[in-house]
Amino acid sequence: MIRRQDSIIITTLTRLLTPFIQLFGLYVIMHGHSSPGGGFQGGVILGAGFILLAISFGIDEAKQRFSEGLIAVFSSAGVFIFAGIGLLCLFLGANYLDYGILPVVEPRSLGMLGVEIGIGITVMAVMISIFRDLLTFE
Amino acid sequence: MILTLATGLFLIYGAMDMPKWGDPESPASVNVSPRYIEKAFEETAVPNMVTAVLADYRGYDTLGETTVIFAAGICCLLILKRRKKEEAT
Repeated sequence: MIRRQDSIIITTLTRLLTPFIQLFGLYVIMHGHSSPGGGFQGGVILGAGFILLAISFGIDEAKQRFSEGLIAVFSSAGVFIFAGIGLLCLFLGANYLDYGILPVVEPRSLGMLGVEIGIGITVMAVMISIFRDLLTFE
Repeated sequence: MILTLATGLFLIYGAMDMPKWGDPESPASVNVSPRYIEKAFEETAVPNMVTAVLADYRGYDTLGETTVIFAAGICCLLILKRRKKEEAT
């Protein structure tokens, strides 16, 4: 069981760094289709930011911020977004996951972005979930 | 030992027919790769070719990957939760 760290350096640094880590994770997800990166990498960065929070502030506070139900909702919501975009293409009259039919500008690019967001949400939730389960299992 | 050597020799014999490393004329690089490299930007409007292949041309594969990660998370949740409950009782 990880408790809250006593050192003020660690807690302050974590408090300062966490927003930037999460912002960078979102950037990696959002720019997955125009620069190196993507859903998997960005999701891992988001999850790692949360794990840093859990290490320095203790698992109890981390549990309050990201509850079990939220993990379940997020990890299934990511897969649901991915499969939902695929099904949307199917209903609009194209093949499954054929983004070309979506009624937006540059549909293929935006379809990929939506898919990357879905992947990122799932990967983040699963990372946090595995970390928490390994910690609470004793 | 003999069986291992025989299998190894067979595999080396089979590998002799394979195309050279990085050969541009090999079947793997004359089939669909040039099409991806030439058409990926105009077809998908995405500058990153890796993502274009990953999320668009091979979208179904990536959906499977995401589902595998989801299943792995759910399995960890189920296994570790069960242990904890048994210890408590």
